[in-house]
Amino acid sequence: MSDKFTKSMARNIFYGGAVFFFLLFLALTYDSSRAFPDRDHRQNITEKVALGKAIWERNDCIGCHTILGEGAYFAPELGNVYKRFGNSKEAIIAFIKSRPKEGVPGRRSMPQFNLSDEELDAVAEFLKWSSEINTANWPPNIQG
Amino acid sequence: MQYQSQSVAKLYFIAAIGLFVGQILFGLVLGLQYVIGDFLFPEIPFNVARMVHTNLLIVWLLFGFMGAAYYMVPEEAETELFSPKLAVLLFWIFLVAGALTVLGYLLVPYATLAEITGNKLLPTMGREFLEQPTITKIGIVIVALGFLFNISMTILKGRKTAISMVLLLGLWGLAVFFLFSFYNPDNLVLDKYYWWWVVHLWVEGVWELILGAILAFVLIKVTGVDREVIEKWLYVIIALTLITGIIGTGHHYYWIGTPEYWQWWGSVFSALEPIPFFAMVIFAFNMVNRRRREHPNKAAILWALGTSVMAFLGAGVWGFMHTLAPVNYYTHGTQITAAHGHMAFYGAYVMVVLAIISYAMPILRGRAAANSNKSQVMEMWSFWLMTVAMVFITLFLTGAGVLQTWLQRVSDNPQPFMVVQEQIAIFYWMREIAGVVFLIGLVLYIWSFFIGGEEQTVNA
Repeated sequence: MSDKFTKSMARNIFYGGAVFFFLLFLALTYDSSRAFPDRDHRQNITEKVALGKAIWERNDCIGCHTILGEGAYFAPELGNVYKRFGNSKEAIIAFIKSRPKEGVPGRRSMPQFNLSDEELDAVAEFLKWSSEINTANWPPNIQG
Repeated sequence: MQYQSQSVAKLYFIAAIGLFVGQILFGLVLGLQYVIGDFLFPEIPFNVARMVHTNLLIVWLLFGFMGAAYYMVPEEAETELFSPKLAVLLFWIFLVAGALTVLGYLLVPYATLAEITGNKLLPTMGREFLEQPTITKIGIVIVALGFLFNISMTILKGRKTAISMVLLLGLWGLAVFFLFSFYNPDNLVLDKYYWWWVVHLWVEGVWELILGAILAFVLIKVTGVDREVIEKWLYVIIALTLITGIIGTGHHYYWIGTPEYWQWWGSVFSALEPIPFFAMVIFAFNMVNRRRREHPNKAAILWALGTSVMAFLGAGVWGFMHTLAPVNYYTHGTQITAAHGHMAFYGAYVMVVLAIISYAMPILRGRAAANSNKSQVMEMWSFWLMTVAMVFITLFLTGAGVLQTWLQRVSDNPQPFMVVQEQIAIFYWMREIAGVVFLIGLVLYIWSFFIGGEEQTVNA
């Protein structure tokens, strides 16, 4: 690098650039925050949806599945599972309930979590709410 | 060793390597579960093995960063550590807390762990990479604050170099952004938005400052190039990192319920993220070419050069591959992401920690400047085995990801996830074999520490 370009000039670009772009990031975050309610339909986050999210976390579902494309890539995407299962909470509940305790020989299988009926309903309600977030048309098709 | 207190770094480095072994073993378990679905089921389900694999990675890298700081800062500041005793105490606290957390993952169901650690009082668990019980997270903050206090006080009483200031800034940033792990709203969109403030602003932000500082330190030592030149490069690289990387966070905000303008902000800025990594390659090779001394520690030089190249490939090239919104629309959340994650973490963070360990460990063990030739040859074998294995892991996962994207997302008749997974199993088998080669490399790496022989000294 040229000698005319000194260390202190490089340092100033670093501090100036970091501060400027962090402030820009905060400004964009502020603007996003104002846009969120329309996209996340937060008015529909009932106590049941919140409970569903807590159960989702308590059982580390994201350790195998993705939701809105984020998580682990071992099991299917669940952001749109409500729609994939024919807009049916019952289908989701039946699937979770029917997982064999000892798994399926040679194959991947979801563990049996022994959730109560209330918990099952809450998880399904959370997945229903998730499927209605405005995700800019992602995923590309129903398979997730 | 110039300062007695630097010796605490040794503890941290040994723990880092030990946890690294655990991480790789669980990686092999995960790889096998991809093809033999019921392997260890239901005793160790995939999600548990995965949290052990990723959490061990994060924790051993943190041990590596802390060890690096304890080694570098006294030399940079030209003074003894503020409190070596505090450094040792925090080491044991962090190690025991980490071990208990991993045992908790393995010995009780995750929901039980959440219950007995009082997750209900402040729910933070069950989010990717942030699976630790809330009390562990609080412990991490306490250890980090004690560590930062120790390092900051040392720098305050001594010489303030660009390297130590950049390192300190990176470490403070690491602690500050970790605080967002305590924010877990019921609203999944907000949860995800701020989750990235920990994850992205760590690995594509402040961690890169730590990476840059460690690399610059090692390069000064092994090349003897003027500090002014190296520190100027360091500032340029990290300036480019933050100028591209902060708004680059937007590449995670395409499909999670965030406004669609992020597709533009994210695509444009993250497309520039390879530039600082490329600058790092030029920097590392340039400094080694312009070296003013022939340092006998060839292995450390190899790691330093290797980290720049592999970080550029893994973070830069493999990141760019799926960062543009129209591409990411199809690849988001597929094995492409896994491919990128593996090589980026290995190249940028694993290798830089191994570089500082390679440089510092012989000195910490009271050897003149470098290990014997025989030991270094073994270490270089481990470098090539692990690095080539990682290249193949990445290539196989990329192959899996391309096919997965096509079959599940692009083709006229998109197929269900599990149907697609079975069709791409061959790639997972190949990845597992590459993983075994990686483990062999790691065994050689550890073996190299036990090879004696005539030590190398510095020829000026």
